[in-house]
Amino acid sequence: MTDAVKTHCPYCALQCGMEISPELAIKPRTDIPANASGALCQKGWTAGELLTNGERLTTPLLHGEPAEWDVALDYVASRLSAIRAEHGPDAVAVFGGGGLTNEKAYTLGKFARVALGTSQIDYNGRFCMSSAAAASIKAFGMDRGMPFPITDLAEADIVLLAGGNVAETMPPFVRHLSGPRMIVIDPRRSQTAKLAWLHLQPTPGTDLALALGLLHMLIAEELVDEEYVAARTTGFDEVRTSLASWWPERVERITGVPVYRMRQAVRAMAAAGKAYILTGRGAEQHAKGTDTVTAFINLALALGLPGRHGSGYGCVTGQGNGQGGREHGQKADQLPGYRKIDDPAAREYVAGVWGVPAESLPGPGRSAYELLDALGTPEGPKAMLLFGSNPVISAPAAEHIAERIASLDLLVTCDFVMSETAAMADVVFPVTQWAEETGTMTNLEGRVLLRNRAVTPPEGVRSDLDVLAGLAERLGHRLETDPPKVFDELRRASKGGAADYSGITYERITEEKGVFWPCPSTEHPGTPRPFLDSFATPDGRARFVPVQHRPAAEETDEDYPVYLSTGRVLAHYQSGAQTRRIASLVKAAPEPFVEIHPDLAEQLDITAGDVVRVSSRRGEAKAVARISDAIRRDTVFMPFHWEGANRLTNPALDPTSRMPEFKVCAVRVERDS
Amino acid sequence: MRLVVVGNGMAGSRLVSEVRTRDPHMKITIFGAETCQPYNRVLLSNVLAGSSRPEQVRLLDSSWYAAHNVEAAFGSAVAHIDRDTRHVVTEDGRREPYDLLVLATGSDAIVPPIPGVERAIPFRTLDDCERIMHKAEQARRAVVIGGGLLGIEAARGLAGRGLPVTLLHLAGHLMERQLDVEAGEVLGETLAGLGVDIRTGVSTSSVDDDGVRLDDGELIEADLVVLACGVRPITGLAAEAGLEVRRGVVVDDELRTDDPSIFAIGECAEHDGTVYGLVAPAWEQASVAADVITGGKSLYRGSRLVTRLKARSVELAAMGETHLTEEHAEVVRFSHRARGTYRKLVIRDGRLVGAIVLGESDAVGTLTQLFDRGGPVPGDRAGLLFPGLSSATPVADSPTLMPDAAKVCQCNNVTKGQIRACWEAGARDVAGVAAATRATTGCGTCRDAVEGIVSWLCEQEGISV
Repeated sequence: MTDAVKTHCPYCALQCGMEISPELAIKPRTDIPANASGALCQKGWTAGELLTNGERLTTPLLHGEPAEWDVALDYVASRLSAIRAEHGPDAVAVFGGGGLTNEKAYTLGKFARVALGTSQIDYNGRFCMSSAAAASIKAFGMDRGMPFPITDLAEADIVLLAGGNVAETMPPFVRHLSGPRMIVIDPRRSQTAKLAWLHLQPTPGTDLALALGLLHMLIAEELVDEEYVAARTTGFDEVRTSLASWWPERVERITGVPVYRMRQAVRAMAAAGKAYILTGRGAEQHAKGTDTVTAFINLALALGLPGRHGSGYGCVTGQGNGQGGREHGQKADQLPGYRKIDDPAAREYVAGVWGVPAESLPGPGRSAYELLDALGTPEGPKAMLLFGSNPVISAPAAEHIAERIASLDLLVTCDFVMSETAAMADVVFPVTQWAEETGTMTNLEGRVLLRNRAVTPPEGVRSDLDVLAGLAERLGHRLETDPPKVFDELRRASKGGAADYSGITYERITEEKGVFWPCPSTEHPGTPRPFLDSFATPDGRARFVPVQHRPAAEETDEDYPVYLSTGRVLAHYQSGAQTRRIASLVKAAPEPFVEIHPDLAEQLDITAGDVVRVSSRRGEAKAVARISDAIRRDTVFMPFHWEGANRLTNPALDPTSRMPEFKVCAVRVERDS
Repeated sequence: MRLVVVGNGMAGSRLVSEVRTRDPHMKITIFGAETCQPYNRVLLSNVLAGSSRPEQVRLLDSSWYAAHNVEAAFGSAVAHIDRDTRHVVTEDGRREPYDLLVLATGSDAIVPPIPGVERAIPFRTLDDCERIMHKAEQARRAVVIGGGLLGIEAARGLAGRGLPVTLLHLAGHLMERQLDVEAGEVLGETLAGLGVDIRTGVSTSSVDDDGVRLDDGELIEADLVVLACGVRPITGLAAEAGLEVRRGVVVDDELRTDDPSIFAIGECAEHDGTVYGLVAPAWEQASVAADVITGGKSLYRGSRLVTRLKARSVELAAMGETHLTEEHAEVVRFSHRARGTYRKLVIRDGRLVGAIVLGESDAVGTLTQLFDRGGPVPGDRAGLLFPGLSSATPVADSPTLMPDAAKVCQCNNVTKGQIRACWEAGARDVAGVAAATRATTGCGTCRDAVEGIVSWLCEQEGISV
C-alpha cells in the first residue's frame, strides 16, 4: 500500500496543504502555514471528487468528434501554420490562466513568443489582481501580493480589508485574523464584514474616494508617521496637497460612509502598534482600480506600515497560482522573472536562455479584454489557443465575448471538463489536472509550493506541457515537458529578474515547506519580508503617488437605476467549471441568485424566491431573488460562477492595469413575469 | 482659443484644472487678487480649530500651473473688462486678450455697519484665519457674532483652543436657515456642553475696546471679536462691464452671462434666482462650465444643498426643506435631547426632500444619498432613521431556538440538524462533530456555536435521563 501524497488544494491562492490517499481521501496538512491548523473549506474537502466525477474529458475532440492525439495535433498545427502564413504571427492568440502551474505559465509564454512568434498572449489573471500589481509596482518597485508570511497577520492589532470577503473566498484565511480587530470595507455586510469590528459600507465604485477621505483625515488629525515618511518614502507633499479637496464630509456624500465611522477607522489604525491594509477584488476590479489601490497604499505609507515587521500592505491574490502566473511570461507585456518585454536587457537575457535572437521576440500585445474583444475582427487574431480559462463565463460583457470567440476561424482549448468555452472549440485537448501532475504554485504570500502528482491520470489524457510541446514540435521547435526540467529552465530564465526563482528547487520546497521569492541562489534563504530594509525602487524608498477619485464608468440613471456588484460564494470557484460538477457543492449553492435589500424588493414588488430579470446595457440575466438587508438599498449583488452575471458587467478598462470594471455597473431589476 | 479666468479661489482654480484635464492645449491665463496659491476654504475652520496647519489646505501646488502650462498671475487684480475688444485690464495696467472669460470672483464677508466694527475680524480668508489665531494666543475671552455655519465652526474652534467663547446670534435659534427650532436648540445645548456660551435673539449695537455691546446695553466682555455675518457676492467688475447683475452675476444653464463669451461660476454667480454659498455647487458649476468651454454639451440645473457642520464632537447634517411641517409633508422625527440626538425626515410624494441628523449616526450617509438622488423612500421609515435596527439577527445564539435547518458552519455547509444527527450517532464533542461533518474546519468561527449545540444536546440528555 502506498502512502498518502502531499500536495495542495486545486483552488484558491491560499493553496492549503493537503494529503491525498490512494483512495482519494483528502486530509489537511498541518505543516503548511496557510492552513497549519488543519483547516480546509468545503471546496478543499471535496476536491477528490474532481478526479472521479464522470464528466471528465479523456479523448481529444476534433469538431466535436473523438480523434487520435496525433490527428488532432496535426490538424491544429497545420491550421495554425496556414493562418499565420495568411495573416501573420499575431493572427494567433494565446489565452492562459492564473490556475496554471508556474511550469505551464512559463512554457505558455515561451511557446507564444518562440514557437508562434505572436505578441497576442494574455490571461485571466488580468481580471484578478492586475490593478494591485500595477499599484504595488508604482509604490514599491515590485509586486509580491503579500510581502510577508500570512502568519504575521495574527500578531497585528488591526487589519483593514478593503473589498475582500475571505470568509467565503478562502475560509482558512480567517484563522489568521482571529487576533486582530478587523475593519472591512464592502458594499455588502459579507460573511467577512460580519466578523469585523468596524464595517464601512460604501456605494459601489467609491472606494477610491473613501481611501482619500481616510488619508485626508489622518493628515488633518496629525496622525501621520512623519518619521517613517521622511526616512522611507518620497512624494508625500504632492499627495498631501492633492488630498485637500477630499475632506471627509465631501467623501461622506459620495460614499455614504458616515464621517464619524471614518474617524473611528483612522484613529484605530493610527493607534495600532502593528497594522495591515489588505486589498481584494472589491477595491481592484474597477476602471480606476490601480488608483484605488494606490490610495490605500498611500494610506498605508502615511501610517508607516509597509516594510515594517508585523505591519504592511498586501493584496489578497485570488486564483490558485495568481501570484506565480503573473511572473513568468503569460502576460502580454512580460517575460519570465517579472521582466518587462519592452526592456532591451530583459529581452536579451531571456532570448539567451531560449537560444533565439532577441529581435525575434515580439513586443507587448493586447491585454485580456482587448484581446478577446479583437478576436475575429479584421485587425484581430483569427485563432486562439485557450488554457485554464473559461472566458464565456468570466469575461465582462460575456455575450459579446462569446460572439467574438464564435467568429474565430480556429478555437483550441485545453481542459479536463467540457467548460462553456470548450464547448465552442474546434479542437479540445483533454489534459491532466492538479493531483495528476507535478508542478509548482506560488501562493498569495509569494511562497513557492510544490504540488506532487498523487494519482495516475486517466488513459488518453496528457499534460498541457505535452500539448504545447506537441504543437511546438510540429512548428519546428522543442519544448521541455518534464516539470522538474521546465522548472530548472524557469529558474535560469527568472535569474536576475524581480521574481528571481533561481535558488529554488523542488527539493528545497519539500524540505522547507515552500520558499519565498526572490531567492537568487541555492544558498539564499528566500525572502519572506522583502521590504524590511529597502523597497525595490531605484532609491530604495516607497513612492507616494497622487490620485483623484472619479465616478464609476457607468453610473445609475433612470433607465438603469440600481448598482450591480458581483462576487463569489463559498461553494464555487471562478467560472464554476470545476465546482459546478461536484454534487455537495452544487447542493450547497445550486443556482445563481440576486441579493436584494428588503426596501428595494418592496419597491420593485419582489419577494424571496421570485425569478428576477436583471438587465444592463450589455445583456440580461435571470436569477432567483434573495432578500437580505446585508446589501445596500441602492445595490444588488450577483455571484459570477454561473452564466449570467458577466453578461451584465461593464468592460470599461483601467488605463494602467487594463482591469475591467466587474464590481460596478448600472442595471434594471424586474420580477420575471 | 484663449481662456482667461478672473479669480483663483476654489471655483476658479477648480475650473482651470477641469479645463486642463479636458483640453491639454488651450491657452489659459488665471488672475488672482490674493498672492497665495488657492486653498480650500472649507478647511479654514479646521485651521482655526488647530486641527489643520495653514499649509495643509492648499488645493494646488504652486508648481502645478507651470507644469500644466497655465499662466498664473497672482497678486494681480483685474480692474476692468473691455468687452468691445475682449480684453481684461489689471490694476497695474496689463491688458490680456480673451476669447472666453470666466468670472470666479467669489464673495466678501458682510461687515455689519455698527460702531467699532473695525475692531472685529471677519472670518473669511486664510489671512483672516491667521489674524484670528494670532490674536487668540493672547486673548482671554472671545465673542463670535453670527450663529450660522461659519460662526458656529469658529466658536467651536476657539473654544477647543481653551478660550471662553460667547456666540451671539440675531435669530431665535442657531442656523435658522437650515434647522428647525428644536434642532437649533439641541445644537445649542451640544455646543454649550463644549464650552460655547450661546446667546440667541440678541442684536449687537457696537464693538467696543472691552467687548461687544448689545442693544439692551449689556456688555459681553471680549478681547477677540470674530464676525461671521454671511457673505455678499463680488459683482463690481461684472456690473461695471454692463453684465446683468442681480444679487449675483446672472447666468444661464451653461453658466454664461448675457455676454455669451463671458461665464460666471461660484459664489459670484446667480443661477435661476439662487446664489450658492457652498463649495459643492461651485465645483458642479466649474465642471459644467469646463465642459461647455471645451466644446462639450452640459447643463447646470441647480444643486441640492447639504450642509455639514465641521466642528469637533458635533455631528450635524442638514439638507433641503427642513422647515416643512405636517401640513405640507410627511415628517418623521426622533428627538433625544439629553444625548444631543435629533433626527428628522421630511418626505413629500414619496421622496426625501429634507432631513436633519444631529449626533453621531449611521443614517447620515444613506439620507444624504437618498436626498441627492431623489430616489423613492422605502416604506420602513424607522429603518432609515435607525440603520441596523431591522438587521436580521445572526443565527440565533441560543441552540434551543435555532431551527434544525439553520446553517451553523458556512464553510462546510453544516446545519444544526446535521450536528444533531451526528450527536445522535454518538459524537459528544466538537472534535467528533468535526470528524463527521467537517464543521469548524474552515474559518473556525463557528466553533463556539458547535460547542454550544453539543453541550445543549448533552444537557438535554441529562435531563431526559
